[in-house]
Amino acid sequence: MATRFRPVSGRAPAAAAGRIIATDGQASQFAASVQGLTRRFGDRVVLDQLDLEIRAGEFVAMIGRSGSGKSTLLRALAGLDQELSGSMTVAEPVAVAFQEPRLVPWKRVLGNVTLGLRDPNQVQVATGALEEVELTDRLSAWPVTLSGGEAQRVSLARALVRSPSLLLLDEPFSALDALTRMSMHRLVLRLWARRRPAVLLVTHDVDEALALADRVLVLGSGQIAYSAAIAVERPRDRNHPELIDLRHRLLNELGMPAEADETI
Amino acid sequence: MFTEVLARSGAPDAPPGVIAAGLGSRRSRSRGWLRLISPVLLVGLWQLLSATGVLPPSRLSSPVTIAHTAYTLVVTTSPTYGTLQSSLLVSAERWAIGLSLGITIAVLLAVISGLSRVGEYALDPVVQALRAVPLLGLLPLFIVWFGIGELPKDLIVLLGALFPMYINTFAGIRSVDPKLGELGQVLGLSRWELVRHIVLPGALPSALTGVRLSVISSLLALVVGEQINANAGLGFMITTAQEFLQNNIIMVCLIVYAILGLLADWGLRVVERRALAWRRDFGQ
Repeated sequence: MATRFRPVSGRAPAAAAGRIIATDGQASQFAASVQGLTRRFGDRVVLDQLDLEIRAGEFVAMIGRSGSGKSTLLRALAGLDQELSGSMTVAEPVAVAFQEPRLVPWKRVLGNVTLGLRDPNQVQVATGALEEVELTDRLSAWPVTLSGGEAQRVSLARALVRSPSLLLLDEPFSALDALTRMSMHRLVLRLWARRRPAVLLVTHDVDEALALADRVLVLGSGQIAYSAAIAVERPRDRNHPELIDLRHRLLNELGMPAEADETI
Repeated sequence: MFTEVLARSGAPDAPPGVIAAGLGSRRSRSRGWLRLISPVLLVGLWQLLSATGVLPPSRLSSPVTIAHTAYTLVVTTSPTYGTLQSSLLVSAERWAIGLSLGITIAVLLAVISGLSRVGEYALDPVVQALRAVPLLGLLPLFIVWFGIGELPKDLIVLLGALFPMYINTFAGIRSVDPKLGELGQVLGLSRWELVRHIVLPGALPSALTGVRLSVISSLLALVVGEQINANAGLGFMITTAQEFLQNNIIMVCLIVYAILGLLADWGLRVVERRALAWRRDFGQ
């Protein structure tokens, strides 16, 4: 298969900038590879010479305090930010599920999933994706009639239907109630196991990261401040000693020492 | 009705607003006739006051007289006025031409200035400046320019429709959630797809409000435009009836204008309910 690079020029203040998109034929085993990524908002440096590599099929969770640049990094990977410097290679196709489901209100569920799809069998493919998220009975529903969990599942189906090499999840479960969130976690793991995209999940929830990811990153001072692999088998017991230990270390990294956690 | 409500509230995922909205629309549909009581009573009172001589016929004809006048104007051809329906046709044609052209031009202008900064800088100041000119004050100028034929009348109706439509459509385009634009970018939509799937449908609620305002303001423009130098149409009937002090004919024409406005508004509500079905559950 041919390898194609499409550099996307950015109006970067310094250094070489660009987001290189590698099509699926690329030899590299990385779904995303970022070097020296810097993003400034005025005088504030949000991403500071950040390096990151996400292997193909790897599930990475990124946590960080609010304002730490998690979403900035995700938007950069999604190609939504043109003011970057540094270099970045991303395996196409990339799909995003946003914090709020961002369904187009005037399109029915099926129409939302097929939006922008270039597949000649788009209805079939979209119906298949909606089947995977268990929403076949809501194909013709308007988004306004969906519950929060259903809307987020539509958003997931819309991302999945593009068969992404890299799936970016921007706190997609943070607005859901605890039970819905748990069932969404199971769903995401199931979908990931079946389709094996690389996933970057941005979250502020340490437990969510521990339940889902192969690797947890902590973003701090504009860089990857901490990185830990999790070898525990899924489904995971949150009281597994390794996870308890890692939870303490992560909370420490986030500036939230252990005793504060234990009072909860 | 009871089982329907129970079935709806039984659905575990249905947000509460759906149930409330369902109840509300059901009630307004089945009890719509309640809204007829007060107008009918008012007409009855009017008839009573006319019959007892409290309202002199030289000031205000009785409802029965007006109805009879309308009937006569429909079934007989008066040498002065012709028939009511032929006048109505003339007026309706002016309105339809002016309104449809005005709305079309307004949408084109709004799309151009709504979608690009260049278009906005080029068009918006001009439209805003023209909007400030009192529409009805233009009529004498139009007569000087275009004579007393159909053109000045169509134009005045067109302008009456243009401005509210332009302003609302432009505002609608600009109010589309930028997050949906971002979504379109992530989904790889082309510029045209973005306009077609995101921008225009997003502007539709506001544009439909623009249509309703345009209908009313163009009707106003029609009434005034027709009363000057016309030789046919409802406005012509009113002017002529005024010369002969036939206020029953004036009343008939005014009622026909009102019916035109009401019919248009009703038609638009139907269109709106269909076109905006996606947000019906917000409780319209």
